[in-house]
Amino acid sequence: MDYERIEQRARTGERVRKIVTYTLLTLWALLVLFPFYWMVLSSIKSYSAYNAEYVPSFFTLHPTFQNYVDAFTAVPLAKYFTNTLIFTLATTAMMMVVIIFAAFAFARLNFRGRNLVFGLFLALMMIPNELVIITNFVTITDWGMRNTFWGLILPSVTSVFYIYLLKENFEQIPDELYKAAKVDGTSDLKYLFKVMLPICQPTIVTIVILKVIECWNSYVWPRLITDDQAYFLVSNGIQEIRENGFGRENVPAMMAAVVVISVPLIVLFLIFHKKIMAGVSRGGTKG
Amino acid sequence: MKVVLQNLTKKFPSISKKGEDVIAVNDFSFEIPDGKLIGLLGPSGCGKSTTLNLICGLEMPTSGHIFFGDDDVTRLPPENRGVGLVFQNYALYPHLTVRQNILFPLENLKGKDKLSKEEMNKKADEAAHLVQIEALMDRKPREMSGGQQQRVAIARALVKMPRVLLLDEPLSNLDARLRLQTREEIRRIQRQTGITTIFVTHDQEEAMSISDSIVVMKDGVVQQIGQPQAVYDSPVNLFVAEFLGTPPINVFTGEVKGGKLLLDGTAVLDVPGAPDGEVYAAVRPEGFRLDENGPFVCSLRQVEVMGRDTSIVFDHPSRHSANLRAIIPSEERPKGSPETVRFALKPFKVFLFDRKTQERVPFETEG
Amino acid sequence: MEGRNWKAWLYLLPAIAFLGVFMVYPLVDVFVYSFEEGYNSASQSFFGVGGYNYSYVLHDPYFLQAVKNTFILVIITVPVSTGIALLISLGLNSIKPLRELYQTVYFLPYVTNTLAVGLVFMILFKKTAYSDGLVNLLINAFGGQSVDFIDGPYWAKMFVMCFYTVWVVMPFKILILTSALASVPQDYYNAAKIDGTSRFRIFTRITLPMISPMIFYLVITGFIGAFKAYSDEVALFGTDLNAAGMNTIVGYVYDMLYGDSGGYPSYASAAALILFAIVLTITVINLTISRRSSN
Repeated sequence: MDYERIEQRARTGERVRKIVTYTLLTLWALLVLFPFYWMVLSSIKSYSAYNAEYVPSFFTLHPTFQNYVDAFTAVPLAKYFTNTLIFTLATTAMMMVVIIFAAFAFARLNFRGRNLVFGLFLALMMIPNELVIITNFVTITDWGMRNTFWGLILPSVTSVFYIYLLKENFEQIPDELYKAAKVDGTSDLKYLFKVMLPICQPTIVTIVILKVIECWNSYVWPRLITDDQAYFLVSNGIQEIRENGFGRENVPAMMAAVVVISVPLIVLFLIFHKKIMAGVSRGGTKG
Repeated sequence: MKVVLQNLTKKFPSISKKGEDVIAVNDFSFEIPDGKLIGLLGPSGCGKSTTLNLICGLEMPTSGHIFFGDDDVTRLPPENRGVGLVFQNYALYPHLTVRQNILFPLENLKGKDKLSKEEMNKKADEAAHLVQIEALMDRKPREMSGGQQQRVAIARALVKMPRVLLLDEPLSNLDARLRLQTREEIRRIQRQTGITTIFVTHDQEEAMSISDSIVVMKDGVVQQIGQPQAVYDSPVNLFVAEFLGTPPINVFTGEVKGGKLLLDGTAVLDVPGAPDGEVYAAVRPEGFRLDENGPFVCSLRQVEVMGRDTSIVFDHPSRHSANLRAIIPSEERPKGSPETVRFALKPFKVFLFDRKTQERVPFETEG
Repeated sequence: MEGRNWKAWLYLLPAIAFLGVFMVYPLVDVFVYSFEEGYNSASQSFFGVGGYNYSYVLHDPYFLQAVKNTFILVIITVPVSTGIALLISLGLNSIKPLRELYQTVYFLPYVTNTLAVGLVFMILFKKTAYSDGLVNLLINAFGGQSVDFIDGPYWAKMFVMCFYTVWVVMPFKILILTSALASVPQDYYNAAKIDGTSRFRIFTRITLPMISPMIFYLVITGFIGAFKAYSDEVALFGTDLNAAGMNTIVGYVYDMLYGDSGGYPSYASAAALILFAIVLTITVINLTISRRSSN
C-alpha cells in the first residue's frame, strides 16, 4: 500500500470539498443579502441619478436622504407605521392573555369535559384561515367594524396552536410544585403568575416573537377589512405606495419606504436571532 | 498486528479564546504486542478516549507517530487503517436490520476487495456465529436488549477482519449481570480471533479482569503500564494505588523515621531502606490482620459481614482517605463490639508515597 | 370539585368565545354560503339552494387559470426549495468557522415583510423605459435577450413567481433541516467512516433515512403553504392578479370576496372549499406515502 499517496489524496479531497462548500454557501448568502443591499442602495440614490442609470451602478458616491424625507411626507408612512405598531402590540397582548388562561385551564385544572374540549381545539388546528376568513369578513362588516382597530384585531387574538404549545410546556412543570403551593395556600391565579409563567418564560418569549413577526407582516386580513388609508398597516401601505404612491416611477422613494418598513423586524432579529431561530424551529411554520 | 504508539501528543485549542491549549494526550509511548487485549484505564477526562480516536484515525495527533506493524498510519484516514471500532452506545443504524448492519462495512469495499453477495452473507453469518446472534439477524436494533446490541456492534466491527479492534467503554451501558457475562464474551472472542484489541474503560475491575496489560492514564499522561496484577501489587504512585482496587485503598498521612513507619506518632511497621521523611502510607483492605498485640490501633465504627469476608469500617487519627476499611476472613472477625481493634499490617500490602511528589518510596520486604 | 369546574370554564371563556365566533361559526357558515345561490350581500338574500356556485367557479376561466398557476407553483417550488435547502444544510453542517454567520444570514428573509422585499424583486426583474433591470442586464451580459419578467410572457412571470417563492420559504426549510442533520449522532458517521463508507453512501444510507421524517414534514407543510400562495404574488404583480394572469386560488377567493370583481361570498366560499379539498387530498396522499416508506 502506498500510504503517502492515500494521505495526499485524502488531504486534497478534504481541501477541494471545503472550497466547494464555502463557495456554495457564500453564493446563497449573496443571493439572500443582495435584495437587501439593493433596496438600501436604491433608497439613497437621488431620483434623477437613479433614472439616469441605464446600467444601474452597484454603489453611489452621492448618497441622499431626500427619499426618506419624501417617504414620510409624500405618503403617510408614519401613520402606517403607528397603525402597525398599535395593531401588533394590541393583538399580541390580547392573544397572550387569552392563550395563557386557556393553556392554564387545560394543563392545570381538572374539570369535566376537559379532554373533549381540548380535542375539539386540536381539531380546529387543521382549519385553514382561508376557509373562515370569508365569514369573518361578513361578520366584521355586519358589526360595522370595517376601518377600525377592533375589526383588525379581533379575529386574530386566539391561536389554537399557541395554546397547545403553551399547554405542553405548562404540563412539564412538576406536580409537586403545585401541591407545595396549594399547601402554602397559594391561589391558582397567583401560582400561574408567580410560578408557571416565570418557569415557562422561554416559551412565552418564543410565542410573543412569532406573533409579532406575524402581525407586522400581515397583509390579507387588513387588506380586506380596511380601505381607509387612516387604518392601513405597513403591508397595505407599501402596496398602496406601489400602485398610487409617489407616481409609479419614483423607485428610490419607494425603496426608502421599503427600508423603513423592514428595519424594525431586522433589528429585532439581529438582537434576538438565537431566540427567534430556536423559537421558529420549535413552533413556526411559514406558508 | 503489533501496534506502536510513539510520543503521541494531542492538543485541542482552548474553548475560551484566550486560554491555553488543552492537552488531551501527552507524550504517550507504548508498544502493544500482537494478539493481546489491552485495557486503557482512567477517570473520565484522562485522555483515554482521545487515544482511542487517535488510533482509529478519527482524530489526528498534534505530534508523534502510530505504527500498525511496520506501517506508519499516523496521518492515514480511518478507512485505510483496517480498524474496527465498537462505540460506547453501539451506534447501530436504527433503520437497518442486524444483517444489514453487519453487511454495511462489507458493502463499502471497492475494486479488488469487492465481494460477491454470497461471500458477504457468508462473512456476516460467520461474524454472527462468533458473537452468537444468528437467531436475531432480521431484527431491528430497537427490538433487542443492550447486550444483544453490543454483540451486533462487535460483529459489525469484526466482519471485515480488522487489523486492530477498538472498544470504547464496551460495558458501560449494560446492567451488572450482563456486564460480567459480556466481559467474558469479549475475552473469548478476542482469544478466538487473535486480533489485537484495545478497549477503554473507567472501571478498573473491568480492565483488571480481562486485559493482558492495562494502561493507567491521568490528565493525558500515562501513569503506569503492566499486567493487571503487577500494577495492583506495585503501583508507581498514589494515583494508581488509589485508582485500582475495590474497596479502595486506605490512605494515611505518616512519617518514616529510622526505618519505621509512624502513624500518629506510633510505629506500625518496619520499612527498612525507606529514607526518613513525610509520606502517605497506603494499605490495601486485605493488608490488615486482626492481632491482639498488633501495633495498629484504631477505633471500630462498623462490622459488615458479607458471607466469606467481613468488612471492618474503622477510623484512625491520621486518616487521609474518606473512609477506612479492612477486609478479613469472616471466621476471624472480632467478637462482640469492642471500641477499638488492633491490627498487624502485611508489608506486601503497604505502599509508601512521598508526601510532595506522590511517587512511590520503596522499602525492603523479606522474601 | 364543583367550585373548580366553573372556574376552569371561566379561564377558557375568552378562547372559546373567540374561537366560536371566528372559527367554528364561519366553518359552518362557509358551507351554507357555498350552497346558497344568488346570494346578494347588499340585501342579504338568496333565491335557491344547490351546487350552482361550485359549477360557476369550476367554469370560471379566471379560477381555472388560478388553479393552473397554483399547481405549477407548487410542483416547482416544493421540490426545488427542499432540495436546495438540503444541499445548503449539508454544507452548513460540514463547516465550523462562519457557520453561525451563514445561518443568521440565511434566516433573514423569514423576518422580512414579503410585500416589501417583493417590491425589490420586482425592481430587479422589471423592464422599464429607463432600464431593462439588473437581471436583464445580466442576461444580456451572457448574450441573451431582455425579457420583461413582470409584464411580459407567462413563463417569465411564472419564473419570477417561483424564484421569489423559493427565496421566501428557504429560511424555514434550512433551519429545520440543519437542526435535523445536527441531531444525527456523530457516532453513526464515525462508524461509517471507519468502515470506509463513501460520502455518497453515507448520505443515502445513513443521513437520508435518519432525517426522512423531517423531510416529509417539510414537504407536507411546503405543499400546504404553496397552495395558499397569495401575498408574494401581490408583491410582484400588484393587486389585480387576474389581469396579470398570475392569480392563485387564494387570490381568486379574495377577489371574489372583495376587490374590483368582489361582492360574491358564495363563489368565494365554493372556491375556498375546493381549495380545502385539494389540500386535504394532497396531504392525505403525502401522509400515506411517508407512512409507507417509513415502514
